Amino acid sequence: MKKKMLAVFTAAAVTAGIMACGAVYADAVDASSVKVGLICVEDENSGYDASHIDGLTAACEELGIDTASQLIIKKDIPEDETCYDNAVDLAEEGCEIIFSDSYGHQSYMLEAASEYPDVVFVACTGDMAAGSGLDNYKNIFPHTYESRYVSGVVAGMKLAEMLEANPDLDPYVGYVGAYPYAEVVSGYTAFFLGVRSLVPEAHMDVQYTNSWYDPTAEGAAAEALMSKGCCIISQHADSTGAPSAVQAAFEKGKEVYCVGYNVDMRSVAKDVALTSAQNNWSVLYKHMLDCFLKGEEVPVDFSAGIADEAVMISDLGDSVAEGTAEKVEETWAGIADGSIQVFNTDCFTCQPTDNGSYVVDENGKVTSAFALDADGDFVNDNGEAIIDGAFEESVLRSAPYFSLRIDGITELN
Amino acid sequence: MARHSSGHERFLRIAKRDRMPKSRAFMIRVAAVLLSLVVSGFFILAVTKLNPIDVYKSLFAGAFGTKRRFWVTIRDTMMLLCISLGLAPAFKMRFWNIGAEGQVLIGGIVTAGMMRALGTSIPTPLLLVLMFACSFAAGAVWGAIPAVFKAYWNANETLFTLMMNYVAIQLTSYCVARWENPFGSNSVGIINQKTKAGWFPAIFGQQITLNVIIVLTLTVLMFLYLKYSKQGYEIAVVGSSENTARYAGINVKNVTVRTVALSGAICGIAGFIAVSGASHTISTSTAGGEGFTAIIVAWLAQFNSFIMVAISLLLVTLQKGAVQIASQFNLNDYASDVITGIILFFILGSEFFIKFRVVHRSRKGGRS
Repeated sequence: MKKKMLAVFTAAAVTAGIMACGAVYADAVDASSVKVGLICVEDENSGYDASHIDGLTAACEELGIDTASQLIIKKDIPEDETCYDNAVDLAEEGCEIIFSDSYGHQSYMLEAASEYPDVVFVACTGDMAAGSGLDNYKNIFPHTYESRYVSGVVAGMKLAEMLEANPDLDPYVGYVGAYPYAEVVSGYTAFFLGVRSLVPEAHMDVQYTNSWYDPTAEGAAAEALMSKGCCIISQHADSTGAPSAVQAAFEKGKEVYCVGYNVDMRSVAKDVALTSAQNNWSVLYKHMLDCFLKGEEVPVDFSAGIADEAVMISDLGDSVAEGTAEKVEETWAGIADGSIQVFNTDCFTCQPTDNGSYVVDENGKVTSAFALDADGDFVNDNGEAIIDGAFEESVLRSAPYFSLRIDGITELN
Repeated sequence: MARHSSGHERFLRIAKRDRMPKSRAFMIRVAAVLLSLVVSGFFILAVTKLNPIDVYKSLFAGAFGTKRRFWVTIRDTMMLLCISLGLAPAFKMRFWNIGAEGQVLIGGIVTAGMMRALGTSIPTPLLLVLMFACSFAAGAVWGAIPAVFKAYWNANETLFTLMMNYVAIQLTSYCVARWENPFGSNSVGIINQKTKAGWFPAIFGQQITLNVIIVLTLTVLMFLYLKYSKQGYEIAVVGSSENTARYAGINVKNVTVRTVALSGAICGIAGFIAVSGASHTISTSTAGGEGFTAIIVAWLAQFNSFIMVAISLLLVTLQKGAVQIASQFNLNDYASDVITGIILFFILGSEFFIKFRVVHRSRKGGRS
């Protein structure tokens, strides 16, 4: 009960953070002189990094920050000590708020944050801020699981249509994942639950590439999944490798479709791209910058979803099933008003575990689960995640922490 | 082409030079670097329409523009230099050690493991000495393995050392998976971030003083070792002709194993410096390809450790400048790779003109 109270309290605190920045915290900062830094793991050729660069640029423009002279972007910064060097370099260049866009940057951002207490460091997609003990180190993450779910609905509509035409078809879905992190697990599970809301007998395999951006490996993973019989391929990896492979297979006569991530994949997969799950990073960037400029407290963890238009899907491709657009609208509305809970525990089952990180009843329904076990010691550090019959994602932390392995999904490697 | 009879000399032919005065050879090299900058400048202008002078300025600012950038450049120069110093004796012996990458990683793994395990129980100065010794030994063993196979069974050392890199990379991945922090991140994070146990201490207020001291000491020692020691002489003899060495009574097997073990050991120390003195973490990118870049450094310097200092500095400056021109001019770092390529091409080309001369038909009989 105590845990639940804590969870509700924290949830309220995070939600309050979304509503307003909070009390005045420091002196206001002049938008015409502030300097902003961004560290990107790749350059704009990666859809993921392009969405960050565009998002921060848009947020700066809306707030009157000149992107030519006041925004410094460092590209192709790997997730190693190079990140620390560049974070510190940006601080010395006079940046007062510095963002990094990739998960693995976070510990290097943390080190820089501890040395520059007057500069705000925001590690996008990171999960260490709340436990860091620093008040200038922050994390942000959109509710990507919502857009994943909706993109899953688009795929589910198509799969249902394919099944109608060919009742013998195996409703087999493939997913190209980057790493076996909670961020990826949360995303593919949401996607799969979206598919299964329309095709209950669907099943899915996940192939990891162990890289965020590797066009060759992503293409190879997609080919492997298609050769196993997958007819829809989705991805949580940042290149166009998988959609290109699916398009090539389609051109050879195979009926396969794909759902992308970050960018509209129709440029490389015109016949097979159904849609892409997308983040509107500008909403989160703008909120953080706005709080910072006003001198209000910048939230430690900030997350926002469809209610704040922080997530979306790209325009539907030509090959989507009839009625998809209406179904998408209906799903977005359901998520926004709370009538659809993406991780509703009635919609999935798990195998029992003896490590204590979650509890299932005799039917496999999850009744209790850790929100986030940052140190992997199977002791719950952050409270209960199952609230009112659903796993609450991105409430106790901005970064996703849904990492249950549900029935129906197989990790191949 | 028609065969030339003895009476008709070719229009141009290439002849080996006698020894060129050192000052003149030096001038040719400097001219080559300057010329390469001019050519790169035209390339930049032609492809990007940017003023090459501005790009060079930005490149320079990226490496030395602030005090911290200066020290980061020095730190990475020391790292590259250390690996090059390690490679020098092996290559001088004509042992193709392309396994520096793995030798660095092994030294790094040992250091990271000790930092994690002993950081709280052993005072940092003692721990640093222990880590130095252990990474030295680990690198030596890693280098000695292919050397033994080469010496006793004539295994191809190029393939062997190359493959040892992949073994080391997989070992590193395994350790990263075992030591990952935070859980699930697939990275070790910063080791002892709060206590700084096992980190190089700041000396004279500068975090990398110890890196500089260790590597410059090694630079001097390696110069003396190769040039004035008996072992250095043995390396030179084995490198120029194994049969001569054998005839002179040199135990080629021993010299091979000893030299490559030393080579690996110094690379192991580079791993120690990278982990304990720079990144305070370990990952498969800890060596970061420097093990291969160092081969270029060692060869260009013809195993003279003082010239290696200059070449390491040049290459690292170009690497550091790359990030700056990428963010300032929106060129990605391939632009800097192209410039680096042009400069290396000219430096290598200059060696040709130092060793050979082009003889014109009309100046028949002329000898320099």
